[in-house]
Amino acid sequence: MSSKKNKEALLTPLGLNNPVTVQVLGICSALAVTAKLVPAIVMGISVTIITALSNVVISCLRKTIPLRIRIIVQLVVVAALVTIVSGVLKAFAYDISVQLSVYVGLIITNCILMGRLEAFAMQNDPWPSFLDGVGNGLGYAKILIIVAFFRELFGSGTLFATDTQPGINVLNHDFVANAGYVNNGLMLMPPMALIIVACIIWWQRAHNKDLQQK
Amino acid sequence: MANKKFKCTTCGYIHEGDKAPETCPQCNAPASAFVELKAEKKLPTTSNGYTFAYVAAMVVVVAFLLSFVSSSLRERQDANVKLDTKKQILYSLNVDVKSVNPDAYFTENVKDMILKGDTIVEYKGEFVTNYEAESKDKKDKDDKVIEEGRLHVFVCNLNGQTKYVIPVYGAGLWGAIWGYVALNDDKNTVFGTYFSHASETPGLGAKIDTPKFQKQFEGKLVGDSTSVKISVVKNGKVKDAKYEVDGISGGTITSTGVDAMLKNCLGNYTKFLKR
Repeated sequence: MSSKKNKEALLTPLGLNNPVTVQVLGICSALAVTAKLVPAIVMGISVTIITALSNVVISCLRKTIPLRIRIIVQLVVVAALVTIVSGVLKAFAYDISVQLSVYVGLIITNCILMGRLEAFAMQNDPWPSFLDGVGNGLGYAKILIIVAFFRELFGSGTLFATDTQPGINVLNHDFVANAGYVNNGLMLMPPMALIIVACIIWWQRAHNKDLQQK
Repeated sequence: MANKKFKCTTCGYIHEGDKAPETCPQCNAPASAFVELKAEKKLPTTSNGYTFAYVAAMVVVVAFLLSFVSSSLRERQDANVKLDTKKQILYSLNVDVKSVNPDAYFTENVKDMILKGDTIVEYKGEFVTNYEAESKDKKDKDDKVIEEGRLHVFVCNLNGQTKYVIPVYGAGLWGAIWGYVALNDDKNTVFGTYFSHASETPGLGAKIDTPKFQKQFEGKLVGDSTSVKISVVKNGKVKDAKYEVDGISGGTITSTGVDAMLKNCLGNYTKFLKR
């Protein structure tokens, strides 16, 4: 159950095989939801759950899936799962479902899902696939949270703010403003997410010989 | 028939033959360490017939699953939507929905009425949530009007004061927008508002659901004796502070949508609001 291989499936996506910084998957949604911390966290959790579940389903079906339409089958599984999850949320946690609104739909378009289904779940047993899904979801969430932390802190001067709650005020004080500091509006723009992701990739490659191209 | 396969459980060596070898040539494990490998049955995953059958089965299974989930959750979802509508109405009345039980508070203090001529009468039907559909005439198969559209007014008793809440609905940039406008008992001064949207642009048009936008309406007048004058104008271009509020810069179409929504929907109530 917790062999070396399984551990690897769970843990490498957090570091050496991170879906965002190494596999370069899921960049599009990383730009969209990282202007604030709260949506980034919510998106990270949702993707983790859906990746893990769809990995298990595809891994169970993998020996029966007709090769030529496997992508379609994967897509149907993901879309069905997302529809069910959003229906269940709407019935049992209405407030969360309102908050998630667009993000749940965005999960279907997340390349990490298709990437992991195609690269891992099609060749492996359900349990390792589940771990791989959880690992990749968390690896994605980790990057999202790091990016969102910097973007929200330097862009809005707050942390954990939402549309209705002010969150933690970090930099919006008079003495900070008097010292000549202004929030950086560029941080809230999507290109800044790319730049921060690129900085993380830079840092990661500089510290890991394995990742450097020869 | 030398086509059976045996695998050594110690080192993984695979022997082909009728039975397991006496000892493993790699690690000298005894014959008992070998297990027979059963030939795996392969499904014809590349044949056309199989592909078609698979698709057909998948479609049926998924369709059944989804419709089952949706029909079994329908009731709970509807209840949630109703509760949420009540919360939105209470929100427009500046009631803190977190500190009260919305359902009980609503039943106790708010009366669902409909407009008849220029007065309002009690609405006896079940609580509805789609006021746009309600306002339209119901027609039968032959396109004959069987029931007139209903214009709802929520009459609320707020700490002894009477407030009127009018549902409004319209179109934004990407989809539906809707809201509730609460008026004081002079039926003209805005007491509070609530706006929400289905899919406006986050960070721009979507800001109509923030308190910052909604609080602007408090104290504005709906109109004079002839027309609805309350309006949303370009950000920073407010001329007549009695009627106008700032729109959202970058969310022009959504702002215009709110403006049109207010004029349309409040316009339907002219007879009721005139006095």
